[in-house]
Amino acid sequence: MKPEAQKETISVANLPQEGFLELDQYIETTAKDESVLIHVLHKAQSIFGYLPREVQLYVGRKLNVSGAKVFGVVSFYSYFTTNPVGKHKINVCTGTACYVRGVEKVFDKFKELLAVENGGTTEDKIFTLKDVRCVGACGLAPVVMVDDKVFGHVKPEDVEKIIQQYREAE
Amino acid sequence: MKIKSLDELIKMREASVKKVNLRETGENAGETIELMVGMATCGIAAGARETLQSLMETIQTNGLDNIKLIQVGCLGFCHSEPTVQLNMPNQEPVLYGNVDKDTAKKIVEDHVMNGKLVDNHILIKSFDKA
Amino acid sequence: MNKVRSHIMVCGGTGCIASESDVIIKNLNDALKKQGYDEEIDVIKTGCFGFCGQGPIVKVHPDNVFYVKVKPDDCDEIVAEHIVKGRVVERLLFDEPITEEKVKEHSRMNFYKKQYRIALRNCGLINPEDITEYIAFQGYEALGKALTDMKPQDVIQLLTDSNLRGRGGGGFPLGRKWGMAANNASDKKYIICNADEGDPGAFMDRSILEGDPHSVLEAMAIGGYAIGADEGIIYIRAEYPLAIKRLEIAIKQAQEYGLLGDNIFGTDFSFNVRLKLGAGAFVCGEETALIHSVEGSRGEPSIKPPYPAAEGLNGKPTIVNNVETYANVPAIMLKGAEWFNSIGTATSKGTKVFALAGNVNNVGLVEVPMGTTLREIIYDIGGGIVGGKAFKAVQTGGPSGGVITVADLDTPIDYESLKGIGSMMGSGGMIVMDETDCMVNIAKFYLEFTQDESCGKCTPCRIGTKRMYEILDRICSGEGEAEDLHKLRELGEMIKGSSLCGLGQTAPNPVLSTMEYFMNEYEAHIFDKKCLTGTCKALAKYSINDNCIGCTACVKVCPTKCITGKVKEKHVIDQDACIACGACYDVCKFNAVVKP
Repeated sequence: MKPEAQKETISVANLPQEGFLELDQYIETTAKDESVLIHVLHKAQSIFGYLPREVQLYVGRKLNVSGAKVFGVVSFYSYFTTNPVGKHKINVCTGTACYVRGVEKVFDKFKELLAVENGGTTEDKIFTLKDVRCVGACGLAPVVMVDDKVFGHVKPEDVEKIIQQYREAE
Repeated sequence: MKIKSLDELIKMREASVKKVNLRETGENAGETIELMVGMATCGIAAGARETLQSLMETIQTNGLDNIKLIQVGCLGFCHSEPTVQLNMPNQEPVLYGNVDKDTAKKIVEDHVMNGKLVDNHILIKSFDKA
Repeated sequence: MNKVRSHIMVCGGTGCIASESDVIIKNLNDALKKQGYDEEIDVIKTGCFGFCGQGPIVKVHPDNVFYVKVKPDDCDEIVAEHIVKGRVVERLLFDEPITEEKVKEHSRMNFYKKQYRIALRNCGLINPEDITEYIAFQGYEALGKALTDMKPQDVIQLLTDSNLRGRGGGGFPLGRKWGMAANNASDKKYIICNADEGDPGAFMDRSILEGDPHSVLEAMAIGGYAIGADEGIIYIRAEYPLAIKRLEIAIKQAQEYGLLGDNIFGTDFSFNVRLKLGAGAFVCGEETALIHSVEGSRGEPSIKPPYPAAEGLNGKPTIVNNVETYANVPAIMLKGAEWFNSIGTATSKGTKVFALAGNVNNVGLVEVPMGTTLREIIYDIGGGIVGGKAFKAVQTGGPSGGVITVADLDTPIDYESLKGIGSMMGSGGMIVMDETDCMVNIAKFYLEFTQDESCGKCTPCRIGTKRMYEILDRICSGEGEAEDLHKLRELGEMIKGSSLCGLGQTAPNPVLSTMEYFMNEYEAHIFDKKCLTGTCKALAKYSINDNCIGCTACVKVCPTKCITGKVKEKHVIDQDACIACGACYDVCKFNAVVKP
């Protein structure tokens, strides 16, 4: 899924300063040109959780690449997101094997219970719901991943339990 | 530990192969010798673990690499535990009884390596492969 | 003295780790310790066994016993029974679906019987995080042989003679590709491994990288020697964290052993490999797009020629091959072209790995000689259709391929024969569909994928696939018109003929092929406003038949309260209020709810 346009403007001051320090340290170890752009963006997203405009511009300045170019790359690849994400990421696999085994109904159930659309984050900022293209665990289809944990053979009636499990931990 | 020539690689392989020769690759199936040790309750009580360890050691000391050492359940000869069955390729299986650690050593060194039966411990010489 | 007499291999592939195989390893070790057997038995985490539908897999060597669907709680029993007492734990053995027989050895399972493993030869056999185990199975000997006994042109000749073709989709002869790059003089050349496995439903590349990473590194080094490159790059999806980790370990170990780096095997050949992460773009499987992504840009394809073998990464000659192709190379180098030619069909030699998934019993990775029929793969290896339902079609080639129907089940599979029946080999995804799958909906699914993944560079693909998707969506919503069939066909042919890269050129295939074989379903959607399988919700109308005993189970689950009726009397569904969620169908125990 292509990321939506960033919804709100965030001041750099609102982002954790130590994050930029960590990013600087990483960039120290790489070449300073376009060829490492994707790697640096991966790192930035792992630090901040997402890539707001300010982080994109920061990376652009560090690597001597135009902001337009950075945004071009960020918007091209589905792995990058420009909006803040919830504490837990729920990724519903929509690969063919899961599709054939009925993942659509599972996805609908998540949308219903979390009251969000694909790519959306719940109001309490706990969950972000997103489809992914195939996590390669086709033997367990349909598959749902919450953060790094894989749930296999998920049925619509299991959805509530999965959500509950993470809600309770809050 | 850099490998500097093909010969060094082959040496490294020979050293490493011992670590993995327990795993059947499918290519050598049917040509390996099988040693099966009865490890049911009565077998263990009679000292089958010592027997197993002795077999293991003897196999290693002599550098034999085509033997599968397998523990199996009760072979049904509770009166003569520990029991060991030897399957040589293209030969009738032989069942040994009362195999203590010294007999175990003899089975490997005499029978497996030299084709000489360990006479006084044979229970059955000819039966269908279990 | 090494006392180890048995190895317990536990699958550490992504699928099995998802089912807690890590916990299984821990529990096995704990149980062994408790029983005092930890010095005799080694527990080894290995790569994918391929039998993913039955995971997690645990195999005991040398007894050759194969346990399936093992749970962390089973570990105590495996140790107490199998390891201590030598008794096989029957209940964890595999049940053959057809004969209902318990099978102990994996070589006797139908799933493995017809397979021939070249690319997957070490998967499930070695510990992928230990280079010495790879070396024990003749690892790096092919590279050593090439560097010390062969000239670069001999390597290319051998691979040309082997007739190995690219396993990523197109099937281009590997020897010819390498030969072209070798002949282009340049101060710098690159070898790239395409591990951006984008076809949803295909996971063989991931399994090879997770289970046998060194085979790919070795093949890349051989390629570097053959064409005169000193740098290799593996372009891998960021979505495959485990494969990335295993590759990083493998590269480090190979460098420590001097099998990557400077002056390999004491020769003046130097070669290094680094990883480059992708970020989720299907089009990056196309080689020119992949190269742009490696350069840090948007992964958009460019016009060929120039081919990468002439002008690729940074304008230098570059070879791009896929993971499975590389995994074949060391085996061919060791066993020879003649051996490889003895497997397969007239035009396609060797084997192919397929990711068998969908509504088939034995989901997993299978490697079969070219020329095996689909029937053998789906029924003999795959164990038939889930729940004994009727087979409808199988999709090969992923979003670029087409459907194959029951009429072509006996076609021996190779690159040419699949093309001949309107599909393609692709990367090897094989999705089995049964009578309950709606083919219009499947076509819509694939088009939704391709229109979303279209990079947008060329108009036919960017706009054309979107329009096709919209038409299909309309048909599935019950608003299709007769004219739509004509439009779909015309658009499809146009997109195929005028798109820049393989993504667009093949994107209409799922639609065109389902239209050819399942026109009746399209017509039912458009003219009768009916979805024959009940998949398309807008067209689905449920009803209740005379089997109804009035148990009221359906009334309780209906979210719109549109089912009425007295207890112990036949119920009725209000067709106007029904949202066709299917809840009543799922809950009914008496087959009384009829799908439309």
